[in-house]
Amino acid sequence: MLGKTANGLFWMYRSLERAENTTRLIETGQRIALTRLAAADDEWRSIMLTAGVLSGYEAANDDIAKDQVIDWMLRSKDNHSSVMTSIASARQNARMVRTALTTEVWEATNSTYMTCKDLLARKVNERDLPQTLGAIRQRTSLVRGTTHGTMLRNDIYDFARIGTFLERADNTARILDVKYYVLLPSVMSVGSSIDNVQWETILRSVSARGGFRMAYGNSYDPRDIVQFLILDRRMPRSLAFCISKICDNLGYLTDDHGIRLPSFQMADQIRRQFLSHDIEAIFEYGLHEYIQKILSLIADLASQIEIDYRFYE
Amino acid sequence: MEQDPIFDEMGGTGGEVRPPYEVFKTWFDGEDPSRLRAKQREAEELFRLTGITFNVYGRAEAEERLIPFDIVPRIISGREWQKLSRGIEQRVRAINAFLHDIYNRQEIIIAGRIPERMISQNAAFLPHMIGVTPPGGIYTHIVGIDLVRTGPDQFYVLEDNARTPSGVSYMLENRETMLQMFPELFATNRVQPVENYPAALRRSLAACAPEKASGRPTVAVLTPGIYNAAYFEHAFLADQMGVELVEGHDLRVVDGRVAMRTTSGYKPIDVIYRRIDDDFLDPLNFNPESQLGVPGIMDVYRSGGITIANAPGTGIADDKAIYSYMPEIVEFYTGERPILENVPTWRCSEKESLDYVLDNLEDLVVKEVHGSGGYGMLIGPTATRKEIAEFRRKLTARPSNYIAQPTLSLSTVPIFTRQGLAPRHVDLRPFVLVSPEGINITPGGLTRVALKKGSLVVNSSQGGGTKDTWVLED
Repeated sequence: MLGKTANGLFWMYRSLERAENTTRLIETGQRIALTRLAAADDEWRSIMLTAGVLSGYEAANDDIAKDQVIDWMLRSKDNHSSVMTSIASARQNARMVRTALTTEVWEATNSTYMTCKDLLARKVNERDLPQTLGAIRQRTSLVRGTTHGTMLRNDIYDFARIGTFLERADNTARILDVKYYVLLPSVMSVGSSIDNVQWETILRSVSARGGFRMAYGNSYDPRDIVQFLILDRRMPRSLAFCISKICDNLGYLTDDHGIRLPSFQMADQIRRQFLSHDIEAIFEYGLHEYIQKILSLIADLASQIEIDYRFYE
Repeated sequence: MEQDPIFDEMGGTGGEVRPPYEVFKTWFDGEDPSRLRAKQREAEELFRLTGITFNVYGRAEAEERLIPFDIVPRIISGREWQKLSRGIEQRVRAINAFLHDIYNRQEIIIAGRIPERMISQNAAFLPHMIGVTPPGGIYTHIVGIDLVRTGPDQFYVLEDNARTPSGVSYMLENRETMLQMFPELFATNRVQPVENYPAALRRSLAACAPEKASGRPTVAVLTPGIYNAAYFEHAFLADQMGVELVEGHDLRVVDGRVAMRTTSGYKPIDVIYRRIDDDFLDPLNFNPESQLGVPGIMDVYRSGGITIANAPGTGIADDKAIYSYMPEIVEFYTGERPILENVPTWRCSEKESLDYVLDNLEDLVVKEVHGSGGYGMLIGPTATRKEIAEFRRKLTARPSNYIAQPTLSLSTVPIFTRQGLAPRHVDLRPFVLVSPEGINITPGGLTRVALKKGSLVVNSSQGGGTKDTWVLED
């Protein structure tokens, strides 16, 4: 496979995952704004911080206003991580790697782009927001579905998966990075409604409320939430899950290429050093320090993959 | 040329349905127009979803456009096609022999059939190719011959596309779309298949691999990138052939071979189907500014390390001034009379011709020698006084840059409109593959249609559309 193709696949799937995660963050923000249980401005600020789009927003706007934030995150062409730019970039990459995709995947991606362009042609009315976000996620799910159902399990698939899970791990880690303080034992004022909302927000932003209830019942405990989002092996957005998938796919590539490259060792080390302990060890290390460390390791891993598989020169 | 009544390929000149269209017309008359309208919309939706678009340069909005597709097929009988394909084959053989000759012994010049300056002073003549014989002796691996029709038995070659003819993906997708929408038509009409073009292309390219290639030759398609107007086609062909689609920055010369950067290192390529112009092919040998090509590829080529399809320097064969010599070229190399006719052409570089052209501008089509895409031409009969006056100035300033031809009364084929069937002018581009194994002509080709009533310009960049083209088994 061409290095360029590996690069295109990686970014195509990263961008799709990012678009989907951003719709989820917007949904969460909107929900909090409606329930008025927390200071909405602070929430929008931390949501944009999570998505890594706050500084851009602040440079372009004077204050935090719900409509503007939503528009910035959903449609803005100046925001390189808005849903629309992410979808457009996914499709651009798909065009570049068209020969590596099945017709089904290409058409699903192309139709996702066309649908988004339609849905996001104008500012989205608050009334239409839930439906619009739902429709976008339904489209990205279709790409994922066709990917699962029609693509060969080969190096093409590996790079698609690695892109997906790196972005997802990064997203989960960022949510924790921004919200870690509400999960610390020291500030835990048991069961106040504010806390409950915050905890629920975190789960909501990774579509994990249902999953969490199945695993832990319906009382929220911050320690369980941390455990669930970092170490749980069943939860498809937990750090342990994502990193273990990346290890698997890098492992298949290692088998294919017949040579063990540094990126595989890096991923394996993240798994063994940071995701094989229990939750006590993480709190002992310091939750914030731990998350910061993981974020920087994920970034390093992404650059190493670029080098190992000759994405550029 | 006197204005004959326009020949309609479905209705002839008298309105009776011509035989190849009989089955179709009966079907069409029995269809509910509103169902067909829905089908027309469905076709557009299919094209949009598949992403069959072309990029328009210099437009920020609507950077990708669809080429309009018309659901009425253009139908050619087996007998008509047989004559055409014999003519095409003869012409393509002559073009290859001509290219080999002018880059080697130049016998046609020695014999006095073409003036020496037509070659040596031609911008499309590539001195780098002098004395180089491409692998298998093939210059034009892929050719598109543009044909127009003026009567039941009268076809003309309008242009030879010997560099990188495009449009074959539309030929294939048009058929795919018709098969999906109107399967019943293919049960009642015996339409010759076009679907094996990608496989034939791959086989034909592989058969041209250099001797240095070992085992199954590695083929790749070289594209200028996703912003190129024909990017869809490049990706489509690479995908259908199951070969890599590469850009200049994926390639470099490694150990005397052209190699592509894969995830596990550089891998040599044997045959490159390039969709970039000669000038951009190699910054070391041609345009030093080019970011699209591969530095040093020409040196590898000259040493027999890679096949470039089409060969560099083939552009001289589709130069419009050389075109006017095609009847002589065909006769000189094949020893036969040309089966397909050229459109009578005045070379404005010759004084007498120029005088005639200047006196008759309002009746003629005047084209730039190196122009394409329907740009930079004058269509006398539809031009305004002002346009003619402007063109007269340009023509007098640089006569050798122009040729002129009579306005032909191009045949029409009906398109489906709100008011039912309506005749529109068409042309035809059959696609030809050349390899040491032989010449392969896909039955049919791409029919382009001018969608505006009375218009003679079929180019997609100027509002033309396309049709599926059927060649029937007789």
